[in-house]
Amino acid sequence: MEVEKGTKMGFEETELRLGLPGNGGGGTEGGESAKKRGFSATVDLKLNLSSKEGGDDTNHEKTQTENNLLATDPAKPPAKAQVVGWPPVRSFRKNMLAVQKSSTDQGSAEKVPGGNATFVKVSMVGAPYLRKVDLKNYKSYHELSGALGELLSSFTIGNCGSHGTKDFLNESRLIDLLNGTDYVPTYEDKDGDWMLVGDVPWDMFVESCKRLRIMKGTEATGLAPRAMEKCKNRSFK
Amino acid sequence: MGPNPKMRKEFPDSTRSSPFPDEVLERVLSLLKSHKDRSAVSLVCKDWYNAESWSRAHVFIGNCYSVSPEIVARRFPRVKSVTLKGKPRFSDFNLVPENWGADVHPWLAVFVAKYPFLEELRLKRMAVSDESLEFLALNFPNFKVLSLLSCDGFSTDGLAAIATHCKNLTQLDIQENGIDDKSGSWLSCFPENFTSLEVLNFANLNTDVNFDALERLVSRCKSLNVLKANKSISLEHLQRLLVCAPQLIELGTGSFMPELTARQYAELENSFIQLKNLNTLSGLWEASAPYLPVLYPACTNLTFLNLSYAFLQSLELESLLCHCPHLQRLWVLDTVGDKGLEAVGSNCPLLEELRVFPADPFDEEVIHGVTEAGFLAVSYGCRRLHYVLYFCRQMTNAAVATIVQNCPDFTHFRLCIMNPGQPDYLTNEPMDEAFGAVVRTCTKLQRLSVSGLLTDLTFEYIGQYAKNLETLSVAFAGSSDRGMQCMLEGCPKLRKLEIRDCPFGNAALLSGLEKYESMRSLWMSACNVTMSGCRLLAREMPRLNVEVMKDDGSDESQADKVYVYRSVVGPRRDAPPCVLNLSGL
Repeated sequence: MEVEKGTKMGFEETELRLGLPGNGGGGTEGGESAKKRGFSATVDLKLNLSSKEGGDDTNHEKTQTENNLLATDPAKPPAKAQVVGWPPVRSFRKNMLAVQKSSTDQGSAEKVPGGNATFVKVSMVGAPYLRKVDLKNYKSYHELSGALGELLSSFTIGNCGSHGTKDFLNESRLIDLLNGTDYVPTYEDKDGDWMLVGDVPWDMFVESCKRLRIMKGTEATGLAPRAMEKCKNRSFK
Repeated sequence: MGPNPKMRKEFPDSTRSSPFPDEVLERVLSLLKSHKDRSAVSLVCKDWYNAESWSRAHVFIGNCYSVSPEIVARRFPRVKSVTLKGKPRFSDFNLVPENWGADVHPWLAVFVAKYPFLEELRLKRMAVSDESLEFLALNFPNFKVLSLLSCDGFSTDGLAAIATHCKNLTQLDIQENGIDDKSGSWLSCFPENFTSLEVLNFANLNTDVNFDALERLVSRCKSLNVLKANKSISLEHLQRLLVCAPQLIELGTGSFMPELTARQYAELENSFIQLKNLNTLSGLWEASAPYLPVLYPACTNLTFLNLSYAFLQSLELESLLCHCPHLQRLWVLDTVGDKGLEAVGSNCPLLEELRVFPADPFDEEVIHGVTEAGFLAVSYGCRRLHYVLYFCRQMTNAAVATIVQNCPDFTHFRLCIMNPGQPDYLTNEPMDEAFGAVVRTCTKLQRLSVSGLLTDLTFEYIGQYAKNLETLSVAFAGSSDRGMQCMLEGCPKLRKLEIRDCPFGNAALLSGLEKYESMRSLWMSACNVTMSGCRLLAREMPRLNVEVMKDDGSDESQADKVYVYRSVVGPRRDAPPCVLNLSGL
């Protein structure tokens, strides 16, 4: 398949490119990037799987590009982080943007009891950007899924998915889908592990959730051994 | 050390070419504003040279080390306004050590004697200390305009000195700087009887200012037409400020976080309706969709919209742009995506400048940002586009060729494909043809930044076609010395060349021997240039300063960072230990 070839070539091309002149290629960041790499590697396998399955038209194009990008992730992060002064964005601007982002992305660690918002990033396969939700606005998984549905329908308006409907992420449909194997909401907890949303009591979830990611069911395979099991017989509380 | 080469020409005193007295000539020449025109005028004859010197009120010094303040003061005795630039541009990206130089103080020391009535000082990439700012504030009673961009070494204490002592201040413009932001109390230092302020920009300071002091300041400065506030100013604050200053032409909002009651929202909306003269809008920190409509009434006459610190999505941008039919300049974050840029193409037919900044240059969680599709969409809708700065993660040769076909008038084309050395993602070929198309089609091109996988072919194209090119930035590109040679041999108007991480060596460096004196500067870092190559250059061209900075642990023979610039004052004496001056050795 052409998609496959394109993906693989892109990956190889970029892999060769790692030995950049002037790129010290010093040590990686250790813990965190190793963790990330592990996760990306997992996802990478899943993506290859799903593209082989011929993927639905909805995210076909985007998945292809995402394949290129995510597939190169395991190798990329150290290279990017190492090149001083590249991309050429003024340090001032970089710092200002980073401060803005982190001020709206407070994980549970920085949460003030009964106080400020608990914003977490929500990303979705194939979506061009991240959104943020304040977990404190919701009292249950049900409410959260409603909000996610609304939030993410903006990603999918205009897309006629394999489901053939325009806004297929309305509340009840989302729950159905989330209960099925099409889309799986996952989250990264305080320990950096990726878990399936719905596994733990709501309060505990809000405490420990650092960010959310909506994945395709097939991607989540192998995420946590019990994930697929849970998928089949989970009740989305 | 010697006089400016231009001064060596001798003009016969006996032949008076001007039939009218000096005063008249000076009067006429004082109407000339462009410093290029003035330089040309000064070459006509001695009388004109003198008249021009006496009538020059504003002097622009593009490289503070190319000349000394004494020489400037000797030639131009009646200057009121000075613009000074210091460090090489790559210092913005941490490639230059902090103590490199470009201290403004030696200049101030001369100005206090020679230009005691100095009114304006605009500094870019200079090292400025609090002591210097205080010195400025205390010693120049007519001082009116201070603008600082990409400077460092000072803190908010320095600003306090300016606010306290500059009784005639009209402009305080603090742009992106490496400032030690200790506190916002400087703003409270403006005396209660101080009313002359016209421009106040403190958007890039983070500490809280006293709002009451700000409100009083804005109320009493009736000529204030530019106000760019920082994040500590809330929407509620903003509303009160706008009520005091409906005459504003440029506004930088503070924080745009949603937190108003319905009544406050209505009040805010009303104050925006009152801004009839607004042509520039920026700020919008933490802006969110529900509150953007409050801006719409003020957008009718907007020509410049700076959203580069607002994390907007495509729909939010589109809704906003519908209300900005006269937009000429737009700065956005790539969070708006290709869809957002389609909206730009559809809504902004008068657009001349577009800058798209990356929200997450290093974050691999972000999947897209913008691609060639967004740029294409803009080019179809905005045929007057002539300035672009575009950060993206993928690009194709075909797209760029189409873009410049749509918009052949580019004067500034700065394309940054963020992954170094990345090829055309569809064909996997180098991006040579893209930049070939740019230089071939855009005959007015003055500034070019290239990126992506590039061979020497790109530089052959540049040398062959880019006849008006003045500034060129090259990174992770080229295959051999020939690449750099093409640039140096082919671009007659080249003034600034900055190169990093390219396989150009001594042969390439030395091929520009004849060229560098006609340029402002050359920067080469992480290339293949050696110390002996640099020494040879320094020996052959004594009127160039050749400075080398070495990286820790690098080979002794390697010249890791090279900065070459023409100067009439020889090697500088204030270089720190890490900067090796090879000139005059």
